[in-house]
Amino acid sequence: MNNTTGLFCKSKLTPVCTGCVVMKTRPNRICNTVYRTESGRNGITMNTRGLRSQLKDSVPVAGLCPQGAYGVQDSLRSGFTSVKNELLPSHPLELSEKNFQPNQDKMNFSTLRNIQGLHAPLKLQMEYRAARQIQRLPFLQSSNLALDTLRGNDESIGFEDILNDPTQSEMMGEPHMMVEYKLGLL
Amino acid sequence: MATLVMSQAPVGGFSFENCKRNAVLEGEANKVGCSMPAARKTGTTICGVVFKDGVVLGADTRATEGMIVADKNCSKIHYISPNIYCCGAGTAADTEMTTQIISSNLELHALSTGRLPRVATANRMLKQMLFRYQGYIGAALVLGGVDCNGPHLYSIYPHGSTDKLPYVTMGSGSLAAMAVFEDRYKPDMEEDEAKQLVRDAIAAGIFNDLGSGSNIDLSVITKGKVDYIRPHDEANKKGVRTGDYKYKRGTTGVLTKLVTPLNLELVEETVHTMDTS
Repeated sequence: MNNTTGLFCKSKLTPVCTGCVVMKTRPNRICNTVYRTESGRNGITMNTRGLRSQLKDSVPVAGLCPQGAYGVQDSLRSGFTSVKNELLPSHPLELSEKNFQPNQDKMNFSTLRNIQGLHAPLKLQMEYRAARQIQRLPFLQSSNLALDTLRGNDESIGFEDILNDPTQSEMMGEPHMMVEYKLGLL
Repeated sequence: MATLVMSQAPVGGFSFENCKRNAVLEGEANKVGCSMPAARKTGTTICGVVFKDGVVLGADTRATEGMIVADKNCSKIHYISPNIYCCGAGTAADTEMTTQIISSNLELHALSTGRLPRVATANRMLKQMLFRYQGYIGAALVLGGVDCNGPHLYSIYPHGSTDKLPYVTMGSGSLAAMAVFEDRYKPDMEEDEAKQLVRDAIAAGIFNDLGSGSNIDLSVITKGKVDYIRPHDEANKKGVRTGDYKYKRGTTGVLTKLVTPLNLELVEETVHTMDTS
């Protein structure tokens, strides 16, 4: 596995050797790679195992550790601590829902990479990153209008718009703490 | 002083926070012998048939909550778009919310394309959403409509599989209704024939299945016109009392009569104005 911080691999792409695409899930994480074997005469044959490893890696097991407010065990919501509780999700859909958007993006970018070449997903990811940076302060809810337009979410309604609207959330982070956490001062 | 630091912004959508607590509660309740309240289902008979110029959808009108009838006259044929309607069986809330979400999405899509939406679009949207939730959304649907390619009828199962057929039935009374269809369906029927067939199929479900009952609703969709007939047929009318238990005046003989007037004085009178703005 390559440990690069750039968005593209430094090796040259020749018709015979392998090329690689680096998809980043979060900064400072080991990147996942898709290996593609090309042969000059017969066209492109793809090694699909790379895709599956990408999907598996996006499911974080650490995200299941029950963290209630104030950093201690939240017995009312997540029950008593036990190893089983911490390792398994409370509902079979919990993980797949949490990772639904990232998984869709990965799938779309991989397909785009295979059909149209490296530049297409790179350019799109660059635009997404730029749009994702337009935010308010960390404790305020921002509308994400540019990001929604790029994703196409402005023309569709799903459960994430109807249920648990973040703008109506009853909890608000403490402003100073949130800003310090974001700036890394905490 | 305790402070609250949220490391991630809150996201919308389903929240699985209470699942563990609910599982514990259910375990405790089962130990004592009680059971959790059941969701309201539409143990149902819904069906649809394609005829010469369009589609006829039919549904009964009973909604059950366990063994009790929760709603004697509920509406199971939901609007999706001016030319597409959808009958829903399964958990009542799931069918309701799913059809409303798809209706909104289809409206946005139609505004974006500028064309009348197609039944295949609605089918694909429903199928993708139901598969995403792996059958936990208990909505079994019969989707029918007429678009630029003619009349179409789909049946959609809670896990996300779909079938495109000339006649479909869903719900707990689906076997009874399917029996009627299998016997009398012919391709290219006339409208009245199709309406009678659907009415008979739903009636078979109503009379032979406990989960279906009350009236029969029909919806006839043709190119440019939708007839939403509710109720088409009141198969189960609530009985009218034949006898009267009131006695005539003078049946009981009066022995004595004593009248005492109550004198009330007005003590205080106040007027409170209500702010109705």
